[in-house]
Amino acid sequence: MTTRSNIVVEGKALTQDYHVSGGMFGGTKTVRAVKGVDFAVEKGKTLAIVGESGSGKSTLARIIALIDPPSSGVLQLDGQAVDIGRHKLTPAMRSKVQMVFQNPYGSLNPRQKVGDVLMEPLLINTALPAAERREKAEAMLAKVGLQPEHFNRYPHMFSGGQRQRIAIARALMLNPALLVLDEPVSALDLSVQAQVLNLLADLQDEFNLTYVFVSHDLSVVRYIADDVLVLSKGVAVEQGSREALFANPQHPYTQQLFAATPVTDVAAIRARVARRKQALA
Amino acid sequence: MALLTIKNLTVRFATSTGAFTAVDGVDVSVSPREVLAIVGESGSGKSVSMLAVMGLLPDTATVTADEMTYDGRDLLKMSATERRKLIGREITMIFQEPVASLNPSFTVGFQIEEVLRFNLGMNRRAARARAVELFNAVGIPEPETKLNAYPHQMSGGQCQRVMIAMAIASNPRLLIADEPTTALDVTIQKQILDLLMTLQEKHGMALILITHDMGVVAETADRVIVQYKGRKMEEADVLSLFENPQNPYTRALLSALPENAKGDRLPTVADFMAAEALK
Repeated sequence: MTTRSNIVVEGKALTQDYHVSGGMFGGTKTVRAVKGVDFAVEKGKTLAIVGESGSGKSTLARIIALIDPPSSGVLQLDGQAVDIGRHKLTPAMRSKVQMVFQNPYGSLNPRQKVGDVLMEPLLINTALPAAERREKAEAMLAKVGLQPEHFNRYPHMFSGGQRQRIAIARALMLNPALLVLDEPVSALDLSVQAQVLNLLADLQDEFNLTYVFVSHDLSVVRYIADDVLVLSKGVAVEQGSREALFANPQHPYTQQLFAATPVTDVAAIRARVARRKQALA
Repeated sequence: MALLTIKNLTVRFATSTGAFTAVDGVDVSVSPREVLAIVGESGSGKSVSMLAVMGLLPDTATVTADEMTYDGRDLLKMSATERRKLIGREITMIFQEPVASLNPSFTVGFQIEEVLRFNLGMNRRAARARAVELFNAVGIPEPETKLNAYPHQMSGGQCQRVMIAMAIASNPRLLIADEPTTALDVTIQKQILDLLMTLQEKHGMALILITHDMGVVAETADRVIVQYKGRKMEEADVLSLFENPQNPYTRALLSALPENAKGDRLPTVADFMAAEALK
C-alpha cells in the first residue's frame, strides 16, 4: 500500500521550458519539453519512464536528479520541497540523489583513474579523510563486481559493461536514497545488459534503493519496473503498475508502442513465416 | 542457386600489437528473394564480413576466402572496374547512422540524383523524375519539396528512408542493411523494417540484415546466422532458431532477453556458458 511516509520522490505539475533562439532576427521561441507531470515513487521501488526521442524523458530525469530546476511545479524529496533554482544545492541534498547516464564512454573522464572517479564525490560532498575515502571506494569497486587492481586503471582500459559498473559505483558513493538511471543499458550488448540489470537488482535489494529508470525498451521495463509512466511529447499519457499497464494498455500511444516492439515469441514467428510463404508463393 | 556464396572467409587486421582476426572461417550464402539475418554482439565480426564483400575495408585488412562469388562471378579475381559495376548497382548497402551516411553540405535531392546520374547514366531531368518516384516508393511525403531539404532538416527515420531510396535506385538484386534501425525509435524502427520487407517482396531482392537485436531477427528473417567472436555459431531457419536453438551461445543469447526472464534474475551469457561446460 502507498503510504505518504515512504514516498522518496514526488513531482507535482512539473514543467520544463527551453528557450530556442530563432536566429539573428527571429527572436526566441519557447519549447515546453515537459508539460505538467505528476508522479511519486515509494522507497525501494522502481519507476520506469518510457518514451521515444523528444518525449521529454531525459529532461524529466534531469529535473529529478537535481541537475536542472523545473520551470514550474514542485519536486519533493523525502516530503521536502527542493528548489535548486532558488537555493543552492547542499551536499546533503546532492547525496540523496545520484544519476547514471546512458553512455559510459562519455560519462567518465578519460584522464581520471577509476579510483579517483569513485573518490571525487566524497571529496566534494564530505569531509572524510583520504584514507577513509580510499577504503570506501575500494569497497564499492568490489560491490559492483570489479577487481581491486582496477583501482589504478583508466576508463579506456574497460569494456562498456565494466564502465557502466564504474558509473553505477560512482553514483552509489554518497549512499543516495534515489538513483536516476537514464537509459543505463541501451549502449550495451544483450549479454552485458543482463549482467548490469542483475547488478542493479542486487544493489536495490541490498541498499533498499529507489530507482527512476528511463528507457525506451519495453522488454527491459517489463523486467525491472514496479510502476511505469509513459511520456509522449512531454505529457504523461499513461501511468500505472507494471502488471496493469502491460496487461491492458489504455492510451493509444502506449498501444502503438506495444505494437511496434518486436516480439521474439515462437508462435508469432510461426505466424509471420506462414504469412510470408503465402505472400511469396 | 545461391546469389552470393562465401566460403571460409577470414579477415585479419594488422594492428600495432600484431594481427587481429575479426572474421574466422565463416561461410555465408544467400539465395535470390531471401532475407538472411546475421546476428551477433559487438566484436562478432558481423559487419566486417559484409564490408569485405563490398570492398569497403581499409588497407590494414587482409581478406582471404576459398570462394566468394556473386551470381557465379568470382569477386576475388574481379578487376576493380568490373567490381565497381557490381557494387552500388547490383549489390547496395545501407548503414546504421542515416544522418551520418548523408553529406550535410548537399541537399538530399542532389545526393540521390548524383547516384542516378553517375551510376546509372541518367540526365538531370530523368534523374529528378526518378528521384521523386523513389521518394514516393519509400514513403517520404511531398517528395518534390523534400528533395530540396538538407539532411539536418529531416528526422533520423526520414534520412534512413533517403538512404533506402538511394540503395534501391538501381533495382539491386542484393541489399545489405547494417543495423538499419539501431539509431531509431521503436515506432520508426517498425516503419523502416516494414518498408524494407515490402520493397524486398515487391522487387524480389535478397536482403542481408546485420543486427544485434533478436527482436528484429524474429520480425524479418527467413534464415539466421549467429556469430560470436568472428566465428559462426549456428545457422538455421528463423523458426528452428527460436524454437530449438542448437548452439549454447544461441541459447544463452535467447535466455538473456529480458522478456524470457524466469524469476528475478536474468541468466547472463557467462553464466550460461559455464553451466553448459559442466554438463
